[in-house]
Amino acid sequence: MSPADLQALATTLRVAALSTAILLVLGTPLAWWLARTRRRLRPAVEALVALPLVLPPTVLGFYLLLLLGEGGPLGPLWSRLGGGLAFTFEGLVVASVLYSLPFVVQPLQGAFEAIGPRPLEAAATMGAGPLDRFLTVALPLARRGLLTAATLGFAHTVGEFGVVLMVGGSIPGETRVLSIAIYEHVEALDYAGAHRLSGLLLGLSFAVLAVVYGLGRRR
Amino acid sequence: MSGTLAVDVRLERGAFTLAATFEAPLDGVTAVFGPSAAGKTTLLRAIAGLERARGRVRIGESVWQDDAAGRFMPVHRRGIGFVFQDDALLDHLTVSGNLRYAARRAGPGAMPPEEAARLAGVAHLGARPPRALSGGERRRAALARALVAARSLLVLDEPFTGLDAPARAALLEDLAALRGRLAVPMLLVTHQLDEAVRLASHLVYVEAGRVLAAGPLTLLLAQADLPLARREDASAVLEAVVEGWDAEDAVTTVAAGALRLVVAGRHGEPGARLRLRVLARDVSLALDPPGRTSILNVIPATVTDVTAEPAQGRALVGLDCAGQRLLARVTRRSVRRLGLRPGLAVHAQVKAVAVIPP
Repeated sequence: MSPADLQALATTLRVAALSTAILLVLGTPLAWWLARTRRRLRPAVEALVALPLVLPPTVLGFYLLLLLGEGGPLGPLWSRLGGGLAFTFEGLVVASVLYSLPFVVQPLQGAFEAIGPRPLEAAATMGAGPLDRFLTVALPLARRGLLTAATLGFAHTVGEFGVVLMVGGSIPGETRVLSIAIYEHVEALDYAGAHRLSGLLLGLSFAVLAVVYGLGRRR
Repeated sequence: MSGTLAVDVRLERGAFTLAATFEAPLDGVTAVFGPSAAGKTTLLRAIAGLERARGRVRIGESVWQDDAAGRFMPVHRRGIGFVFQDDALLDHLTVSGNLRYAARRAGPGAMPPEEAARLAGVAHLGARPPRALSGGERRRAALARALVAARSLLVLDEPFTGLDAPARAALLEDLAALRGRLAVPMLLVTHQLDEAVRLASHLVYVEAGRVLAAGPLTLLLAQADLPLARREDASAVLEAVVEGWDAEDAVTTVAAGALRLVVAGRHGEPGARLRLRVLARDVSLALDPPGRTSILNVIPATVTDVTAEPAQGRALVGLDCAGQRLLARVTRRSVRRLGLRPGLAVHAQVKAVAVIPP
């Protein structure tokens, strides 16, 4: 593998790891809220979260490009902060978080809903306040959902292409990830290079999923 | 403990309305009794704060809810031991993990988990995960956990549901034994009258979301105008003490106030307290003293009230037997033929007396 490809692999893993961490931090409370709320706002928020599932990644990427670029509506803000996020590593992470949001929120929401109200009510009668209940009852009982969410979020971010193309471009060491590198190899008719990276991605994805499902089975 | 549990709550759930007002003493066991789907569980949940009803809930000096004053104490500050119908054990912890979960949050003065486990009969199951328990063991584990958590109130929601007969009988006896050990009042939901009679000193009768009557169990059961008196097992319950034991015939003499009854079998030493339950259908009436009869208990009585039960051609007759109230279920034809009316002197023939241990 060429140094450029190795760099692409490292960038991919960095983006995926950071996105997954952010997704778990943001997605867990959001999923908890969605699983518990009775507000009428809920379907709208659920639809918003699910949008990346149905939208072509290019649509999401296009809007993100506008939002994160200095020419867009947030331009003045970016100028003051010293530059927009389009075509940067940070911008790529922001895009990945949005793009993979449903893959983290939906399994978590499902896991929280599957707990049902009863264990939480029991904990409340035993003197556990809301945060206590969330940390000591909801999270442990939803641990399989957490594992699934983290895996899917990570794997999906590793596999993203369209959004990266729109928002990130292909700056080596910054936004050039594996999927882009493969695309470029194919463009350059370097099928051997494309094979190496594609095979790596295939093997990596399969290994991660197999380990996770294996862990889930054993419990 | 003195004082009362005072409840006045209202709650709408679709077509169902709970509108319950009652007071219960803070010592002993209060049974919330009524037919299925009467709203008993909802009432309990409203008292515990698990359902957000409107109104007031006060226990002793502590105001749990008072909407007029804008006060609603969160469930986790109330100190309730709650045995849910589905046990609600935390599946990610072991049995003793569940007990420790309660103990860590109950603060000082709570029953130690080891003692609770012993009283509930789950001391040997501590290391087991809840999934590995039988139905009866789960119920007892939930009871143990509730004992630890109950700093102000112990609530049992249909604790015998889903148990087979031996497990039910064993748990009933253990709960009866537990009553004396409890420092907090116990609220027990049941739709089985015999469970209420075995365990409770106080009764709250609920039907269609309303409390139709609340008071001492013995008084409520003997009230002819309540739906309780129209049940097949309508009965009078008497508080009694053992007077003597006849070894030759193996019968015990018991006294409920001035009323003396003879019951088969041995039921404790003289002075021992127990309860007697006399089913209305086991009491027949005669105007003249019956001649020689196999019935041990023939008691001179005065008719106090006659309530017709229109649908069945039957009537319920209230009796004053040496100051104790008994009920007799007779046919309306007998009412007419004997001319049963308040004030009439009769002889009550009691065919069977059930002894309920203390």
